[in-house]
Amino acid sequence: MPWKNAHVFSPSTFYVDRVCYTKILPQETPGNCIMRVPLDNKADKVICGPGLRRNGDEVLVCKSGILRHKPPNLYWIDSIQKRYVPAKGESVIGIVTVKSGDVFKVDVGGSEQASLSYLAFEGATKRNRPNVQVGDLVYAQFTIANKDMEPELVCIDSCGRANGMGVFGADGLLFKVSLGLVRRLLAPQSDIVKDLEKTFPFEMVVGMNGRVWVRARTAQQTLIVANLLESCENMTTQQRQALFRRVADRVT
Amino acid sequence: MRETPLSNCERQFLLKAIEEKKRLDGRQTYDYRNIKITFGTDYGCCVVDVGKTRVLAQVSCELVAPKDNRPTEGIMFINLELSPMASPAFESGRQSELHVTLNRLLERCLRNSKCLDTESLCVVSGEKVWKIRIDVHVLNHDGNIMDAASIAAITALCHFRRPDVGIQGEEVTIYTPEERDLIPLSIYHMPVSVSFSFFQQGTFLLVDPCEREERVMDGLLVIAMNKHREICSIQSSGGIMLLKEQVLRCSKIASVKVCEITELINKALENDRKVRKEGGKFGFAESMAKERITALKSEIAPVEMIDIEEKAEDIICRTGAPCDTVPSPVVRAPGTGQVGEGLQNAWGLDEMEEEEEEEEDDIEQGGPEKQPESETITSKKGDVVVISDSEEEEVVILHQGVEVKDFREEMSSGQKQATSASKKKKKKRKLAH
Repeated sequence: MPWKNAHVFSPSTFYVDRVCYTKILPQETPGNCIMRVPLDNKADKVICGPGLRRNGDEVLVCKSGILRHKPPNLYWIDSIQKRYVPAKGESVIGIVTVKSGDVFKVDVGGSEQASLSYLAFEGATKRNRPNVQVGDLVYAQFTIANKDMEPELVCIDSCGRANGMGVFGADGLLFKVSLGLVRRLLAPQSDIVKDLEKTFPFEMVVGMNGRVWVRARTAQQTLIVANLLESCENMTTQQRQALFRRVADRVT
Repeated sequence: MRETPLSNCERQFLLKAIEEKKRLDGRQTYDYRNIKITFGTDYGCCVVDVGKTRVLAQVSCELVAPKDNRPTEGIMFINLELSPMASPAFESGRQSELHVTLNRLLERCLRNSKCLDTESLCVVSGEKVWKIRIDVHVLNHDGNIMDAASIAAITALCHFRRPDVGIQGEEVTIYTPEERDLIPLSIYHMPVSVSFSFFQQGTFLLVDPCEREERVMDGLLVIAMNKHREICSIQSSGGIMLLKEQVLRCSKIASVKVCEITELINKALENDRKVRKEGGKFGFAESMAKERITALKSEIAPVEMIDIEEKAEDIICRTGAPCDTVPSPVVRAPGTGQVGEGLQNAWGLDEMEEEEEEEEDDIEQGGPEKQPESETITSKKGDVVVISDSEEEEVVILHQGVEVKDFREEMSSGQKQATSASKKKKKKRKLAH
């Protein structure tokens, strides 16, 4: 796991408008250091994100994709993936499958179901249990997520406040997109979200596991937003903007 | 792997949308998804796409002894496989309820409707008859496997050709495709099944449910019909109570849909027949759209044709003598062949450029004996690759995968069902590309 010897970075802070390098394949640099890092005086350690692995003094590539860099010292590989692998600190949308005793089992799309304790909600005590049913959607964060243990989720942050997490989702539609699209949506100045805002008002919850939940005023509008998001995966910016503009004209 | 559970909000939303007559992909209540039928190079192999649901059917034949109680009839064996490739909900090995239901439905649709003339499959009464075997594999499950499977099965049956048989007294001769053309099976009619899903205790009805709609439906009604408005089989599952008017209305809708689908099947068969007769290219690789992101072939690269003759002569003068060539392939042992290995590189490039050429040019492949005279490439990077006008060797441009297909066509002549399993695997691999 590339995270082992690196700082944990919430991927929602990545943005891709910096310099990008050429595509790198894992076999291309067997054992060679792939980059000459311009050592700023500020940072004398390099943080390796997903797709990069540290091997003693060297940094190796373990996934194919585009190498990205966020100054001062953050590097990662942008790869195309649909299957989610749980990682600590990521916020995901999960579906509650089993409610047994003190824990809920939540399906997050990974190889294993994650566990969510009933005390990990804001204001929950042993007497005051949260109102969670099987089949509900929860927006939660991973506290433990590695390949050796069962992943664990919580719906509170370190201060004990919910901060937007918890059970949600009456009335909306849940659908699945690729992980790359999800990262693009979560980027701070995302073009896709800006274009989508111009069509009509709607609510959206984006999970890092590729699941997106939307709700608009009517079912028709919700379906439109869902279909637009699913289809703008492989479009160029112009195609996407043209499509969104067409939809906005039809709706108004 | 476990399947993703359906959340409550999805279920509520879907039911609410259906009440408002809205479907997830924008279809109307009685609309089918896009149906696409493609054929492979072998007769009897076809892939049917209904939206994203994809199903492969393969028909093969074998001479066996007939059943004791029916000595003059051939045997038809139908098998549908649900592999984990289609959906994480399917487990290999164990026969789930869905698997059994689909198999029974498909058998009833094809066998009991007597669409195939089994009497014509008899070779020697009581001793040898043809056993026609239809294998249907589900490659992707996005709802409504039954319809896709029935379309695939009947199309594959219509597409299939069996070897011709001659009887002289006691002797029975089976002719290879080279001796006598393969003959088609005698099909009386084409039964196609249409699925109707019911919601809210039978109040709402949808034709051709997709996977999420199937998960929230209350009941399913499957009607198998042919274009002459004869019902071949009808089955209602899910335990909902259907009124007589509803069933009659469904059968009317089914007859309209079946006519459209039968027309589509006939058109596809006709196109394939035409292409094969004219000697054009056929098979799965040809029917794949070339503009898709997942297309295998790279774009046609434009080649500069200015001053081509001078350049060609120049190149020919400059090249060295060709190295010794080996007629390819060399057969080391039965079943293994060696092509080109261990010979000197006749392309005359250094390593770096060779890699570049390999990356761009998937299309051109030539055996070692074709290289020396016909293709010579300069060592300078900027020069244009020119195929000289030499008349000695014919430059054959092979497409990826056709080599394998040609081999298999030679193999399959005269061989029977034994190789159909390996054929299926190769088809699956090609599709997985």
